[in-house]
Amino acid sequence: MASADEIQKQIEELQNKLDSLKKNARQKIDKMSSEVKDSNPYSRLMALQRMGIVKEYERIRTKSVAVVGVGGVGSVTADMLTRCGIGKLILFDYDKVELANMNRLFFTPDQAGLSKVDAAAKTLNFINPDVTILTNNYNITTVDSFTKFLDAIKTGGIDGQPVDLVLSCVDNFEARMAINAGCNELNLNWFESGVSENAVSGHIQFIKPGELACFGCAPPLVVAENIDEKTLKREGVCAASLPTTMGIVAGMLVQNTLKYLLNFGNVSNYLGYNALIDFFPRMDLRPNPQCDDSWCRQRQVEYQAKPKEEKETEVEEVQEVVHENNDWGIELISEDNNEEIKPNAPMASSGLKHAFEAPVASQQSNTIAPTVSDDVSLEELMEQMKSM
Amino acid sequence: MVDAGTKKTLQNIPLLQTRASPRDKDLWVQRLKEEYQALIKYVQNNKTSDSDWFRLESNKEGTRWFGKCWYVHNLLKYEFDVEFDIPVTYPTTAPEIALPELDGKTAKMYRGGKICLTEHFKPLWSRNVPKFGIAHAMALGLAPWLAVEIPDLIEKGIIEYKEKGETSNS
Repeated sequence: MASADEIQKQIEELQNKLDSLKKNARQKIDKMSSEVKDSNPYSRLMALQRMGIVKEYERIRTKSVAVVGVGGVGSVTADMLTRCGIGKLILFDYDKVELANMNRLFFTPDQAGLSKVDAAAKTLNFINPDVTILTNNYNITTVDSFTKFLDAIKTGGIDGQPVDLVLSCVDNFEARMAINAGCNELNLNWFESGVSENAVSGHIQFIKPGELACFGCAPPLVVAENIDEKTLKREGVCAASLPTTMGIVAGMLVQNTLKYLLNFGNVSNYLGYNALIDFFPRMDLRPNPQCDDSWCRQRQVEYQAKPKEEKETEVEEVQEVVHENNDWGIELISEDNNEEIKPNAPMASSGLKHAFEAPVASQQSNTIAPTVSDDVSLEELMEQMKSM
Repeated sequence: MVDAGTKKTLQNIPLLQTRASPRDKDLWVQRLKEEYQALIKYVQNNKTSDSDWFRLESNKEGTRWFGKCWYVHNLLKYEFDVEFDIPVTYPTTAPEIALPELDGKTAKMYRGGKICLTEHFKPLWSRNVPKFGIAHAMALGLAPWLAVEIPDLIEKGIIEYKEKGETSNS
């Protein structure tokens, strides 16, 4: 057993550590200054203004972004936005930090066991106390939590307005579809991001309901790695990951977030990354008029009804990019603004492919016909199942 | 993609018609009735073919499901709790079936004991929206998973046979 002296000593050590933590934390800053001095955390960001890249960088403080999924990509995304001085970050995740996450960036071993959102909020607050950080510790795909999620992004802006952008950094199809459903319904712009399970490719996709394809318009578009399925070993694991690929995808995601929020450069509608050959395919995806999501179809009608001018300037921007980035001599961007997604259309030349085949509308089935269920109540069926 | 046995099992499970998620109030009740009818038929089929392997029930909203599944290996019956939520995007996305007591015991699982499905499951599910339901997810997802993972876990000594009446200690 420890003696009283030893305990006393431990208390002193802990007190010293606590004091040094307090001393190192910086005070909040009311206004971003462009003054170039070592003690100004914003001097290099404000220099973007002086160099003519961004107009009024300080607008970033009026922006609010939701980050859904605070894992390998989401935590780095939140870290970058925090360092950039974003006004408000709303974090969503229901997972805990584990030692198995340590091959990725951001979290540290001492945080194992803490909820990812709480651990992240603590670090982010310490890095930049000017950022308002809200945490939500639940799984957005369940019925009750989804309502909370919708409410949080609908009122999560700086003045109780909707958030300016939702960033999906989740690792599963279910959560992506939930974000998709929510953003179609609330008419919010969002970015989808993903890293392949074998860790050697990734992508980001910008989704503007009605204007660009929603996540449900076609099977997800992923980077074709051209790895022979037979040589890909899946035994004993669900997913591999690399800090490099995740860091690069987070970088692509935040770069485009900044361009979108602060209106500079061209925002990529789809940007892929193939790590094996360092190839970054780009693409434009138009909505599917037969999308299963009724909100998506409604947003398409609304978008079509909008004055055309806006649309034309955007097409121009996109075409400009084709020439800028065409060092590889590869044509990736569909020039026809009204082109729809053709499910299963070959995309071999683009370096992209659909994750799986689209459902066939009138599929013949050799399975037995559905039962008619009008003559019996749900309660009776539940009882019958229970008593089996 | 799917073996002959599974194919035959699938053919005998009624298909569903209603595309509805738990957010669709009345339509969801209709879907839920179809789910129960398909499940009842599937369990009946299993009993008839002497391959009964699970029981499921739900809360009254039909959003949360729980029950038991079991696997017979060398004449011993290994039983596990099974649970899952119906996602808001159902039936476009399949339920994520979980066996919480096996969480951390196999790499073929995601957090919370959600089983890691084969790469064939999701494409197959997606092609069959809204015709596939919970019964199909059990037949195509959980059944093959148990058949591969449980013998392996028993062999490695990670799970042990429990006498009837004993409860899980994990």
